[in-house]
Amino acid sequence: MAKGQMASGIVAGRLSADVLAENFSDLHPPYAPHEAAVAADRCYFCHDAPCVTACPTSIDIPLFIRQIQTGHPAGAARTIFDQNILGGMCARVCPTETLCEEACVRETAEGKPVEIGRLQRYATDTVMAAGVHPFTRAEPTGKTVAVVGAGPAGLACAHRLAMLGHDVVIHEARAKSGGLNEFGIAAYKSTQNFAEAEVRWLLQIGGITIETDSALGRGLTLSGLRDAYDAVFLSIGLTGVNALRAEGADKDGVRDAVDFIADLRQAGDLAALPVGRNVVVIGGGMTAVDAAVQSKLLGAENVTIAYRRDQDAMGASRFERDLATSKGVRIMTNVQPVALHGNGAVREIELEYTSSEGGSLKPTGETVRLAADQVYKAIGQTLENAPDGLNLDGGKIAVSDTGRTSVTGVWAGGDCASGGDDLTVTAVAEGRDAAMDIHNSLMG
Amino acid sequence: MADLTTNFLGISSPNPFWLASAPPTDKEYNVRRAFEAGWGGVVWKTLGEAGPPVVNVNGPRYGAIYGADRRLLGLNNIELITDRPLEVNLEEMARVKADYPDRALIASIMVPCEEAAWKAILPRVAETGADGIELNFGCPHGMSERGMGSAVGQVPEYIEMVTRWCKQYYDRPVIVKLTPNITDVRKPAAAARNGGADAVSLINTINSITTVNLDTMSPEPSIDGKGSHGGYCGPAVKPIALSMVSEIARAQETAGMPISGIGGVTTWRDAAEFMALGCGNVQVCTAAMTYGFKVVQEMIAGLSQWMDEKGYESTSDFVGMAVPNVTDWQYLNLNYVAKAKISQDDCIKCGRCYAACEDTSHQAIAMSEGRVFEVIDEECVACNLCVDVCPVENCITMVQMQPGEVDPRTGETVQPDYANWTMHPNNPAAQAAE
Repeated sequence: MAKGQMASGIVAGRLSADVLAENFSDLHPPYAPHEAAVAADRCYFCHDAPCVTACPTSIDIPLFIRQIQTGHPAGAARTIFDQNILGGMCARVCPTETLCEEACVRETAEGKPVEIGRLQRYATDTVMAAGVHPFTRAEPTGKTVAVVGAGPAGLACAHRLAMLGHDVVIHEARAKSGGLNEFGIAAYKSTQNFAEAEVRWLLQIGGITIETDSALGRGLTLSGLRDAYDAVFLSIGLTGVNALRAEGADKDGVRDAVDFIADLRQAGDLAALPVGRNVVVIGGGMTAVDAAVQSKLLGAENVTIAYRRDQDAMGASRFERDLATSKGVRIMTNVQPVALHGNGAVREIELEYTSSEGGSLKPTGETVRLAADQVYKAIGQTLENAPDGLNLDGGKIAVSDTGRTSVTGVWAGGDCASGGDDLTVTAVAEGRDAAMDIHNSLMG
Repeated sequence: MADLTTNFLGISSPNPFWLASAPPTDKEYNVRRAFEAGWGGVVWKTLGEAGPPVVNVNGPRYGAIYGADRRLLGLNNIELITDRPLEVNLEEMARVKADYPDRALIASIMVPCEEAAWKAILPRVAETGADGIELNFGCPHGMSERGMGSAVGQVPEYIEMVTRWCKQYYDRPVIVKLTPNITDVRKPAAAARNGGADAVSLINTINSITTVNLDTMSPEPSIDGKGSHGGYCGPAVKPIALSMVSEIARAQETAGMPISGIGGVTTWRDAAEFMALGCGNVQVCTAAMTYGFKVVQEMIAGLSQWMDEKGYESTSDFVGMAVPNVTDWQYLNLNYVAKAKISQDDCIKCGRCYAACEDTSHQAIAMSEGRVFEVIDEECVACNLCVDVCPVENCITMVQMQPGEVDPRTGETVQPDYANWTMHPNNPAAQAAE
């Protein structure tokens, strides 16, 4: 029977432990001090810098880079954390190519931006590796705030509130904190349990209690929280997954990409994690790329991303698409699944070509079949179990600029709330800003 | 292909690139390697008196200033003159000169300010067949405390006196190497000429402390927790050297005196600039110490190519060409009016010009929607700061206003004629035009 990449079906151990370790090593390895100095020196210290405007958390990027350049990475980290307490994770997962680095004037000038993300990592790593937490709490206010969900928005909100002197209880549905930082990011972007270490580091501020396995609908109610706390911040994420509307979508071997990504992040031994020989990922966003690339890195022989519109419409950035193709993932565009074939387990996926000219998607009638023993659905997540009584906007909790919901005393942020891209950095900004508004409201 | 052969004081060398008297020229091994690499000449590391040689410190001799990526911009040293016996140096010089008759070999000398000392060493140097001597009146550290080096170079009378002895007891060219650690470099240069020197070379190194170690509170280079000022050289000193060279080149007392240019020469372009200001050749040290002897190959190729492009057949074609354009501030044309202009096609919207002008100059750049930066002619005094801080070469340029145009800043019409401060009505000493 064939082994390794050629083994048929969904099997574990396609690649040796050494190869897997190499495949899942840091995507952007940290700078050595001299590399950081050289990279920092490229920053022009722009006036009213466009990178700052492009950063959802408005980090003073030229200032922190200059602090690195002058030999003060700890000061640089402080500048970053002032605006973004999860600056360590954002340095790893931000799509900088569409945010700060896209706006960098050296991108305009040379097509080679200052590597802001890696510099941010250099600064934040310096402080976090030393175990230093550069903030202290203000005098206790006697106010208590409930945060629902220990993802990026919830953590950022909790930290800021704790810093301002409030007591915070975070209710987290899972057994582990971190949200998508812990469960939803490709392993090569958050190596060495960084997400977990970051939460531990963040909690050093004090005044934050995390109750795990605690969720709305599982013993908690919004009205109960409103009664028990002075304010409530909802950062419950998007836990629903869109259904694949294709014949045979219920066959074995068809899974949600987010579950695969979570399993992979939590796997103790990647060699024990099964993956198909022929993997097809349906979707065009970051989740699709994360699932496809990691399938390939686990040893799948053929991995295809199938997206119904054209390249330009894909949610995944150019960098992410290039990353996928460089790892050997095939990206097919203008195809949509019409049927999954197989006796019990999926064996083939049938895709129909589409035309998306002028924006409207039209099937062409022409189809193609790909071998597929694993099909991952990465076609978007939805808000599930939103508490009653909250106004929604576009399927998400409707919020103001500062995160206020339609219910007094209840704020929301992160992916579950309306507005903003579903990015870690956006969630951090929303959590932070809601915390400031909660603080003003409680102390006003 | 331009001919780089230079004839400096009758000393011929295949190119104008000489290695300055310094660590790279301290012994036969180095000098042979330098000549093999293509250097046109060498000024041997400074010789001292016969007898027990000087000793050097046994800790760091150099300190550095860096630019981006640890690019060495300035180097400082506290090394003394050669610490090898005089006889050894003289024997080696004779051997090397015999093997490389087409290259220039100059002996640098520093002995006490006594006639006997000079009278003793000069014949021995002459026996080596060296093409000439250079009097080290420049080193600012160590030897100066013993009344030599810059201690001599700072007293024009001593310069003249020693130069006269050298001309008396030595029959080949005498070059006087000048210290920049002095108020007016024209005075020692004139003294050298009065003493009969054939040429001056400059600059020697500048008194300097490169850095202070903030942990030990010691200046660097640090010897057991203490530091002493050293001599500063390298690319950072070039502007100072160019200015001093130009002053000697255009001063009445010293005009026409041959000059060997020294001070941060790193590329062919630096050499061409020194030569345009009147230097017959250049001497190099830090560039070789930073990059090795091979760096001369770029200098040779670059200078040759530039001369071809300009149509210069020999270096003497352009030596001194820039000297007439060096003048005093009071003679600059005040009727010359320029305005900064920003090329929107080249602008990368960093806003450095705006920050510089708005915060520190004349508020003459406007920033508008979409990060568009434009010069406000009504405010622009053409100071050039925006050009200097712009990271894109030629993105901002200074455009001369034409006679007849009205300067929107002053409301005055640009005049076609030349007018300087000596004629300006605001100058109480101005001579009214007849």
